[in-house]
Amino acid sequence: MSGGASRRAGGATVSARGWGWRHAGRRAWAVDGLDLEIAAGERVLLLGASGAGKSTLISALAGVLGAADEGEERGSLLVGGTRPQDARGRVGLLLQDPDSQVLLARVGDDVAFGCENLGVPREEIWRRVGSALDAVGLHLPLSHPSSSLSGGQKQRLALAGVLAMQPGLLLLDEPTANLDPAGVEEVRDAVARVLAHSEATFVVIEHRVAVWRHVVNRVVVLASGGGVLADGPPDEVLAARGAELAASGVWVPGFPPARPPRAARAARPPRTTRIATGAADRTGGPARNLAAICDGLAEGRRFDDPDPDGVDAPLLRARDLAVTRVKGGPPVATGLKLDIDPGFATVVTGPNGAGKSTLALTLAGLIPPAGGDLVASDDFAAGAGPEPIRWRSRELLTRIGTVFQDPEHQFLASTLRKELAVGPAALRLPQREIVERVDELLARLRLTALAEANPFTLSGGEKRRLSVATALATRPALLVLDEPTFGQDSRTWAELVALLAELLDSGTALVAVTHDADFVDALADREFRMPGAPVPGGAS
Amino acid sequence: MSILNPVRGTQAVYAINPVAKLVAALLLSLTLVLSIDWVSAGVALVLEAVLFFWAGLGFRTFLLRTLPVLIASPAAALTTLLYGRPSGHVYLQFALVNVTDGSIELAVATGLRVLAIGLPAIVLFVTIDPTDLADGLAQVLHLPSRFVLGGLAGLRLVGLFVEDWRSLELARRARGVGDSGRFRRFFSQGFALLVLSIRRGSKLATAMEARGFGSPGERTYARASVMGWREGVLIALAVVVALAAVVVSVSTGYWNFIGSQS
Repeated sequence: MSGGASRRAGGATVSARGWGWRHAGRRAWAVDGLDLEIAAGERVLLLGASGAGKSTLISALAGVLGAADEGEERGSLLVGGTRPQDARGRVGLLLQDPDSQVLLARVGDDVAFGCENLGVPREEIWRRVGSALDAVGLHLPLSHPSSSLSGGQKQRLALAGVLAMQPGLLLLDEPTANLDPAGVEEVRDAVARVLAHSEATFVVIEHRVAVWRHVVNRVVVLASGGGVLADGPPDEVLAARGAELAASGVWVPGFPPARPPRAARAARPPRTTRIATGAADRTGGPARNLAAICDGLAEGRRFDDPDPDGVDAPLLRARDLAVTRVKGGPPVATGLKLDIDPGFATVVTGPNGAGKSTLALTLAGLIPPAGGDLVASDDFAAGAGPEPIRWRSRELLTRIGTVFQDPEHQFLASTLRKELAVGPAALRLPQREIVERVDELLARLRLTALAEANPFTLSGGEKRRLSVATALATRPALLVLDEPTFGQDSRTWAELVALLAELLDSGTALVAVTHDADFVDALADREFRMPGAPVPGGAS
Repeated sequence: MSILNPVRGTQAVYAINPVAKLVAALLLSLTLVLSIDWVSAGVALVLEAVLFFWAGLGFRTFLLRTLPVLIASPAAALTTLLYGRPSGHVYLQFALVNVTDGSIELAVATGLRVLAIGLPAIVLFVTIDPTDLADGLAQVLHLPSRFVLGGLAGLRLVGLFVEDWRSLELARRARGVGDSGRFRRFFSQGFALLVLSIRRGSKLATAMEARGFGSPGERTYARASVMGWREGVLIALAVVVALAAVVVSVSTGYWNFIGSQS
């Protein structure tokens, strides 16, 4: 019974002959000279460095690449022998962002939407809705509100909507990039279950190879310059090209990204505590073997010189802290106790909905505490008063930098250069100094070539790097990051982690909300586990 | 997003086709804007007040949802009282304020009218589920499905706007530009929200397209939207209320066709 929604549809073939696509207004072809044959029922993992045109190819296969005014096409691309634009309904596409894929307010209606568009008769629609929801393991009433679902559930709902259309070709474009580890497994398992009962051809883009390795039977690697770099059974391709793929940003099992040494960490083993006690386990001052940029970043720091006895007051001291999402709203977590020390990385972990981001934004002086105390040391406050929430926006800049989960929320300017200058300009630094800092950061984060580009046009990895750079431009003593490694390729990941390690060693304090076990492993000095909270509407 | 969410319940009124609710509310308001007199508004309001018992709303929900109208009504009345067209006995006069027999009558008429038009409109609308409304607009009124469903999907984005707005506000504070004037910040933040929503909108459009939205060929509807006896009863009730208001008002000589001099 599970998979019934797609069983009746035979798989569709894919055939690309010298195919290429150039987006309107661009000089370079996003994909070019592509020759690729995919047989009916094959399960393909599509890899390639970012910018190799994976998403362009998938969008083209789904027929959503746009009309002639949105780009130029050459060669031929056929799905089941017809052009993708004419094969609507034969192709189902699942995209990355759970929020923009849920279309209707009720679960049942959302699944039915695709069938309605294809003109499926009413009784048949509801039969298909039932079996599609079954296939993805979403056992909810049809009238259940779709907005109350978790990220993983939303993706499974969208998958059900795609399956109900009974596509011969199922396309997934990084379907788990925005999900926590539990959500990733949930979606992957649902897809694997569906495929086990289906003849549909399957193509997935994902830069974490481990997630899909055992679901697919073929790996195709697109070359950056156009064409196919490698093609074959997963084990063969990964053995032959693993190192190369890893270097281009793909997460390949057995080729983990480089991890920076943590100079200051050697002396103090990481601890997992609910209640971080802070100063007691502080054994050494910040180390000072820094790269040039971090020398700059550390300049003028008050805690550049550690206390003679190695015990500084924590920058922030939270006692019996209660946090709330919206001012005046109900607290999402209470009784929190932690210290934030210079040169220490504190990672905040815990289940979805436990209030991790809320805690981070509260520590960052952006949301008022719902109760308890959050007190800045005199050194850290430097005359601005003990409560970060009462600091002026400009006073926050040199004290606390915040990197938001969605970089787009924090972009303010029309070019990268202007974006990076926002903070320093608000500090009223001299023009010369602003230019210096901006150039330094652009170079350090490999963004110099994009200095005049609009931040919104960047790739996911570039946006993340820019958002971190904007916070660093004012050299804050504490850096707060919300899911900094979500959906990042391994290259961006390694660069971020290396940069953060340098900052830590230079004495900057770090608070990071994360689900990323590798990140915790690489950087965390302390893990602050949020007291658990149930995931709303949790069912799988 | 409690404001946008429809009130849900099991009473008959929830099952009534939203198109009928729309027609009923329109009938009432179109009739009542034809005249400004207290009799027609008063009669309509009294009859409506009786019908509200079957509206499927608890007293508390009723008060909360109709609060804007409950505030607007006395406010409109007060303004009319102070500044309305003067006639008859003058009770109070200074500067532009001029309370007269005429303005008192006009004030009562205005206050009652706002209630008589606003209350049933809100009471009928809060029990409308947007999806059902879209079904009705497309299937009963045969509006183009592209337009109706596009609007429906867009409505979902409104909930995300609120989240986005909050994040933008926090982000501005974090970026050191949160100290500037409230007014200036509002506009620059509004622009940022616009950019974000256009991006969200285009993502949503792709997701809809990927599910066959806009395919050539006849679209089917998973949910039938029909007009039956319940819908007939609701519209008939609206007609009765509107007629009663007009008849009583005309026969007592208070009817005052809009634009004509009293």
